[in-house]
Amino acid sequence: MSDLSARIQQTIDTEPVVAFIKGTHEQCMCGNSERALHALRSVGASFTAVDVLPDPAIRQELTVISSWPTIPQVFVGGELIGGADIVQELAATGELEAKLNEKLGDSWRNGGEERTVDVTDRANPLRLVP
Amino acid sequence: MSERLQTLLEDAFPGARDVEVVDRTGGGDHFHVTVVSTRFAGLSLLDQHRLVYDALAEPLADGTIHELRITTRGDA
Repeated sequence: MSDLSARIQQTIDTEPVVAFIKGTHEQCMCGNSERALHALRSVGASFTAVDVLPDPAIRQELTVISSWPTIPQVFVGGELIGGADIVQELAATGELEAKLNEKLGDSWRNGGEERTVDVTDRANPLRLVP
Repeated sequence: MSERLQTLLEDAFPGARDVEVVDRTGGGDHFHVTVVSTRFAGLSLLDQHRLVYDALAEPLADGTIHELRITTRGDA
């Protein structure tokens, strides 16, 4: 397993809700990524975003881990929930909140805090993107 | 290009009640596909979408599909 792959896996394992997207939580560069974040926001979930654009290897390594071919990808409690369509549908039916409760207890709202981390930084894994 | 996706999906889901491919932008690379099939019965949304991705693995891998939206329904 490469260093990058290990850092991606670490992010999935340690962040309660993580969304791999094109762009950052503040500047989303793709309609599908935006839809996934909108779905998370619609239920008031706090989340960590990872921008896959800085290095094509991020997306390649992520796809090996998840066996999911497209971006965005949303993980809750270490488990792949789906891409934009699924997260949007789960949010609409109330199943997203149920999944968050099931995996994370009542901690997942956390004031709806949002951040983006950089998994490409070897020296400082999970460095916040300013 | 829509016809290619339509054929791939119809081959992957024989007897599907509905297979629809919409070229969202007219540019031949942003698609919304809808599949209604008994094959989805009892499967999670995640696994339903995985079946669609499997059917479209080639155009996904060769870059034909730049963006894909998926709607799946069991044929209830």
